[in-house]
Amino acid sequence: MIGDSRMFDDRTPGVEEQEPTASYLSYTVGLGLAILLTIMSFVVSQTNLLWPPGIPVGLIVLAFAQIGVHLVFFLHIGTGPDHTNNVVALAFGVLIVFLVIVGSVWIIANLNWNMMDMPR
Amino acid sequence: MTIATVDFVPTELARGRGGGGPASTRTVVAYGFWIFLLSDFILFSGLFAAYAVLSGNTAGGPTGAELFNLRNVFIETMCLLFSSYTAGLGALSAERRQPGSFLIFSAFTFVLGAAFLVIEAREFARMVAEGAGPSHSGFLSAFFTLVGTHGVHVTSGLIFLVYMVAQVVAKGLRPHVLRRLLCFSLFWHALDIIWVGVFTLVYLMGAR
Repeated sequence: MIGDSRMFDDRTPGVEEQEPTASYLSYTVGLGLAILLTIMSFVVSQTNLLWPPGIPVGLIVLAFAQIGVHLVFFLHIGTGPDHTNNVVALAFGVLIVFLVIVGSVWIIANLNWNMMDMPR
Repeated sequence: MTIATVDFVPTELARGRGGGGPASTRTVVAYGFWIFLLSDFILFSGLFAAYAVLSGNTAGGPTGAELFNLRNVFIETMCLLFSSYTAGLGALSAERRQPGSFLIFSAFTFVLGAAFLVIEAREFARMVAEGAGPSHSGFLSAFFTLVGTHGVHVTSGLIFLVYMVAQVVAKGLRPHVLRRLLCFSLFWHALDIIWVGVFTLVYLMGAR
């Protein structure tokens, strides 16, 4: 029965369908990578290891890397063919998040730029 | 009368497009919860956008660089990260029908999540006591809304966790309890993803 249902299933988000030892390993690798990326973010923000004007970009890159680590190792969202539904939903979510954040920042920056200096 | 059985042998495995028939309840439940989590990310995207727009509007009040204590933020980050890890291990123990280790991992998850909330609440109390409350400037309104909403999510996650532990104790690791547990662990990992955005955009960029 279990074999049958696995054969017919779409992939369940949050579940890694391998033997349990591999899953323990997955969580531990994810934890290690996440800690590493967190420490890198804090170090980069507090020192001048990176070219200073590039620090915000560096921090954003590190944040995206860490979100990727969380998605793959903790939420087990993969790229295999069984993951189509989960990944398509995620892609739509990312699209909307991107539109809301970048759109807002863009529009408000443009309004700011067009604003006259008002007398105080 | 004979009972009809499905006796065909699939020549090809299902490829995630419904080809092999309807998905299991577990898959459908987790997929629905995944959609909910994505809608939660969209909620947060509005708050992130508001913060990004308002972060410079300090109205002559304190800036992030003056207010934030990065050492505390680092401890908070580690609390959430390790609680995500123990939540994952707890979910694995439940899958392997080991209620004992599930309870131990859940206790760790709860303590780490509660430690995060205590540190955050003390930060908020300190800021309000210094006169940097949410009503002071656009920057602080956006800050308290964004970080506070995340804190409310962590609080509801802890309530969810207590509720799940109670169900495991009362009912055991039955399939429907395991499905709810899967939703909890998805929720808890998703909170950690939001926190990555918060500590990067709010604290690390704000403290420079």
